[in-house]
Amino acid sequence: MEATVLPEVTSLGVIIKGIIILAIISAVAGFGTYIERKILAFMQRRLGPMHVGPFGLLQIAADGIKLFTQEDIIPQNANKFIFQIAPAITAATAFIALAAVPVFPDFTIPEFIPLLGGTFVPSIAADINVGILFVLGMMAAGLYGPLLAGMAQANKWGIIGSARTAIQFLSYEVVTGLSILAPIMLVGSLSLVDFNEYQAGGFTSWLIWQQPVAFVLFLIAGFAETNRTPFDLLEHEAEVVSGYATEYSGMRWGMFFIGEYANMITVAILASVMFLGGYNDLGFIAGWFIIIGKIAFFFFLMLWVRASWPHIRPDQLMWLCWKVLMPLAMVNILITAIVVMI
Amino acid sequence: MSLEEFKNRNTGQQSYKMLDIKHTPQSGIGKFGQVVERTVKGELFVGLWVTLREMGNALFKDNMHTIKYPLEKLPISPRYRAIHDMLRLLESGHYRCIGCGLCEKICISDCIKMDTKYDENQRKEVTEYTINFGRCIFCGYCAEVCPELAIVHGGRYETASEQRASFSLFEDMLTPIDALKQQKEYDGFGAVSPNADDTIKQTPLAY
Ligand code: SF4
Ligand code: SF4
Repeated sequence: MEATVLPEVTSLGVIIKGIIILAIISAVAGFGTYIERKILAFMQRRLGPMHVGPFGLLQIAADGIKLFTQEDIIPQNANKFIFQIAPAITAATAFIALAAVPVFPDFTIPEFIPLLGGTFVPSIAADINVGILFVLGMMAAGLYGPLLAGMAQANKWGIIGSARTAIQFLSYEVVTGLSILAPIMLVGSLSLVDFNEYQAGGFTSWLIWQQPVAFVLFLIAGFAETNRTPFDLLEHEAEVVSGYATEYSGMRWGMFFIGEYANMITVAILASVMFLGGYNDLGFIAGWFIIIGKIAFFFFLMLWVRASWPHIRPDQLMWLCWKVLMPLAMVNILITAIVVMI
Repeated sequence: MSLEEFKNRNTGQQSYKMLDIKHTPQSGIGKFGQVVERTVKGELFVGLWVTLREMGNALFKDNMHTIKYPLEKLPISPRYRAIHDMLRLLESGHYRCIGCGLCEKICISDCIKMDTKYDENQRKEVTEYTINFGRCIFCGYCAEVCPELAIVHGGRYETASEQRASFSLFEDMLTPIDALKQQKEYDGFGAVSPNADDTIKQTPLAY
């Protein structure tokens, strides 16, 4: 990739990029809660938030004020230190994972802006050549948040929530790894930029046509990774009150939420970059526009699935991951390997 | 929802769709077959389609189910038993109550209190009439027993108030004299049945 690095990537540029990612993804995650409530409401033929601002748009502000000013309760018997840092783990790992993901195109800050003028801001904050491994590893580490939170809060529902976290973690992580192994063998690199360039040849070169099984498996595992609905065992209100988040209130609870939405965006970006042609131009449509469209589609898909499908039991999740998805992934890898060798 | 649908409690007459649920397979190969069948059949996509269709219906075909409550209200059945109304005679405008005291007697929670006296025409006049709504269980007995169709149940179900006495005085329940034209007969407990003319003979005046 040395050839493609145009201007020098300075540490100032990376810091600016980091701040941009933090600001934009937090805002988008906040906005995501509004979109989620609206879309779920429409699918159930309700109106959703209506009264704060036009179409309830300012509901996010109202929720934010509520979260910030809510009393921060720490239960008496909780392990205070772990209870306090657990939400930070979820939120921090979600944003660290985004560091290795291309979020916006490169740009240079115009010269007329004082101090920062002329700084080159790269599309990826940390362009490491094992990008996929890093992102998946970070998202997996993010599950320490729910795990520790559930165990630290001295609450039965919390314990059940963290037990379920462990189950979920043991189930899907195998599938995530194995499912993307086949496309990685085809591309021959772990860098997301290489994935993007591999699919530069337009619509027909998208990896989803060569690896449909891997795509479906990755999507299923992605839903489990972000605790979205068919696999939202960790905090399913109907069964375990709020699971690992039962005792949390205020901004600590909000951090779990932001982490979850940031993870949703990360999975959406990964799926679009690895299988749906990334940020390459499609005909006359610009690449940045197309990738936003793809990410929005995956985000919508997650909400859509939440409105449509029931969620499954923990034992069903293990059954699905170990007895169905893992063998499928193995067969997929075998066939891909044979095809690559020939 | 139209009022007719709302009033139809005959659930047996609605058209039910029976699901074709197969037996759970017992053998290993049968279970495997079920998994494969469910995977390939795309039933999950049917679920996705249903919610998407409903979203389309809600957004573009005006099929939203939310009632913006204080601004919009659902129709209630004419037989609904909320706060009582005291009705007036349509011709003279005088209140219908003849002060017989039957409602006070039958009231199951003993919450009607009334007092009467003879006026100058030797006609019973109601001097005092209150219902304690803190005790009323809205059973409808008073409306059923009233020989004059004077006390009936109305449709006022929003009964939060600062005072217990808010709805319960005779003047509060009596139809306002200028709204006499809008006064409606009650369909519920104690009302004459719609086919009363066919089943009951007129009482001759010479009795
Ligand atoms: S509705 Fe029943 S409880 Fe209420 S005043 Fe009439 S008879 Fe008494
Ligand atoms: S039963 Fe009817 S007529 Fe008799 S006192 Fe009660 S309201 Fe008046």
